[in-house]
Amino acid sequence: MTQQQTAGPPAAGHADPAEEFLDRQTPLSRIRNILHRYPALSPAIVLLVAVVVFGLLNERFLRVENLSLITQQVSVVGTLAIAQTLIILTAGIDLSVGAVMILASMVVAQLAVGSGMPAPLALLLGLVVGLAAGALNGFLVTRFRLPPFIVTLGTLNIFIAVTLLYSGGSTVRGSSMPGLLTWMGSTFPVGPVRISTGVVMMLLLYIAVAFILGKTAWGRHVYAVGDDKEAARLAGIPVNRVLMSVYLAAGAVLAVGAWIQIGRTNAASPNAGVDLNLDSITAVVIGGTSLFGGRGSIWGSLLGALIVGVFRNGLSLAGLDVLYQTLAVGVLIILAVSIDQWIRKVKS
Amino acid sequence: MTATEFQPAKTEVRQPILQARNLVKTFGRVVGLDGVSLNLYPGEVLAIIGDNGAGKSTLIKCLTGAEVPDSGELFVSGQQVHFKRPQDARVHGIETVYQNLAVSPALDVASNLFLGREERLPGPLGKLFRVLDTKGMRRKAKEELTRLGISTLQDVTVPVENLSGGQRQAVAVARAAAFGSKVVVLDEPTAALGVRESNQVLQLVRDLRDRGLPVILISHNMPHVFDVADRIHIQRLGKCAATITPQSHSMTDAVAIMTGAATA
Repeated sequence: MTQQQTAGPPAAGHADPAEEFLDRQTPLSRIRNILHRYPALSPAIVLLVAVVVFGLLNERFLRVENLSLITQQVSVVGTLAIAQTLIILTAGIDLSVGAVMILASMVVAQLAVGSGMPAPLALLLGLVVGLAAGALNGFLVTRFRLPPFIVTLGTLNIFIAVTLLYSGGSTVRGSSMPGLLTWMGSTFPVGPVRISTGVVMMLLLYIAVAFILGKTAWGRHVYAVGDDKEAARLAGIPVNRVLMSVYLAAGAVLAVGAWIQIGRTNAASPNAGVDLNLDSITAVVIGGTSLFGGRGSIWGSLLGALIVGVFRNGLSLAGLDVLYQTLAVGVLIILAVSIDQWIRKVKS
Repeated sequence: MTATEFQPAKTEVRQPILQARNLVKTFGRVVGLDGVSLNLYPGEVLAIIGDNGAGKSTLIKCLTGAEVPDSGELFVSGQQVHFKRPQDARVHGIETVYQNLAVSPALDVASNLFLGREERLPGPLGKLFRVLDTKGMRRKAKEELTRLGISTLQDVTVPVENLSGGQRQAVAVARAAAFGSKVVVLDEPTAALGVRESNQVLQLVRDLRDRGLPVILISHNMPHVFDVADRIHIQRLGKCAATITPQSHSMTDAVAIMTGAATA
């Protein structure tokens, strides 16, 4: 600015050279501003490009059966990503999402099959398990001020152990379960496509959470807490209550995820879903939500989950070894985080 | 201009909006406040200056509920109050703009103005589904900014992180002014700002005063203090060394009192 001031009188047509200096934008910074404003935009572009490229590589990719399959494949991770997004938006991270979901699914299956409990009651108790797990995480994060990473690393191991102790390590097969438990795996035709109930349930959850995050004070407080905790506190937001409610909400979503998981795999297995916590983080990060909190969109996470699903499916249809899928996902994560860092540098 | 208004003889007639009596605050063996009293009258800008460690911040924190004094009394409009947390002060109409700016960078201007006291839609949408009245809040935010004469913020949907330092400060001040029914406290509002932005904020302070809202201004910047303050409370070593006016003393005098080289 001092340069501007010493450069003599302002150029004709510009009332204030300082203003001009502040508002100067390059095409690149303009793109950055747009991406900054709409965090779901970059994953949307990536998904579109990926679909087009894989469609060109293999004509089978764009067939409706295949696309329907991809949505079913992402229904579980997509649901976990909802819980993960809520927590990451508060600048936290939850390594225990997969373990909580598996624990809830085992409780539901054991109660319904082993104890002969009515299916709706078993599902309700599964919800209680999810809420209790969320409450434990939230309690440790808010009361003891422990970093969420450490808390959920601990509870991850606890929940895995509890699941194995409770289930005795045995799998409950879907064929022995009441129909309601495996209902999420059933499909119904919509025109030429077969849609699974689990996918519909996941989408309903996305709509509900998107509504809550975007339209209610609670949603705004979640962003504010993740953005700057101290600023939120000074603005009169009950930070700990918001954090606690986020972990509880995540637990509830995970319980629904357990239901979807039982339907999708047609079983409840204590050994399933070991990588689901990392997969959900991957979906959220690729979806453009910042790991530093306060920035991101729930729809981005759905797109992120779809991107991972599309890459895995597309690469395998292209005849590439499964290891290349993992490689591609790794590259995607690093790209997504790099883009996020770049976007965050916007006009600081 | 207003110096005569605040002569001791007159203050007995006017009731202070905010009054502190003999505030003491210690941190272990360190004495932060050593019996400080302070009166804030309607429609004045009271500046608080002092060297580092003189107790400015502690005083402000005790006045705004961020710290609880060990002893001493606080009165708002003559009524005794006990602030245990910032919300308590807010309930009594005392709004504070903290030095580190209590704004959420990723949220837009309107959301920041209403942060922590969002308004819901009327009817079942708001009551049952708790839907925010986003449009209404944006409209009100715009009205409030216009009322305060903050012309640099035209678009209330811009995320605060896209704003300049002065504009962010304006958002924080606007929030305090919009909800502070009795007192607005500004902690170093111009510390991180350039010349032009500082002038905008100082103008904002004057506007608040002209609307009858008393302002407490903490600043290190003597020209700014002498520019806008009606009275100046000088903290030194945890005590009030003097209360002067820009008319009665020069900046050099103020600095001398601040550092102990002179007394009022």
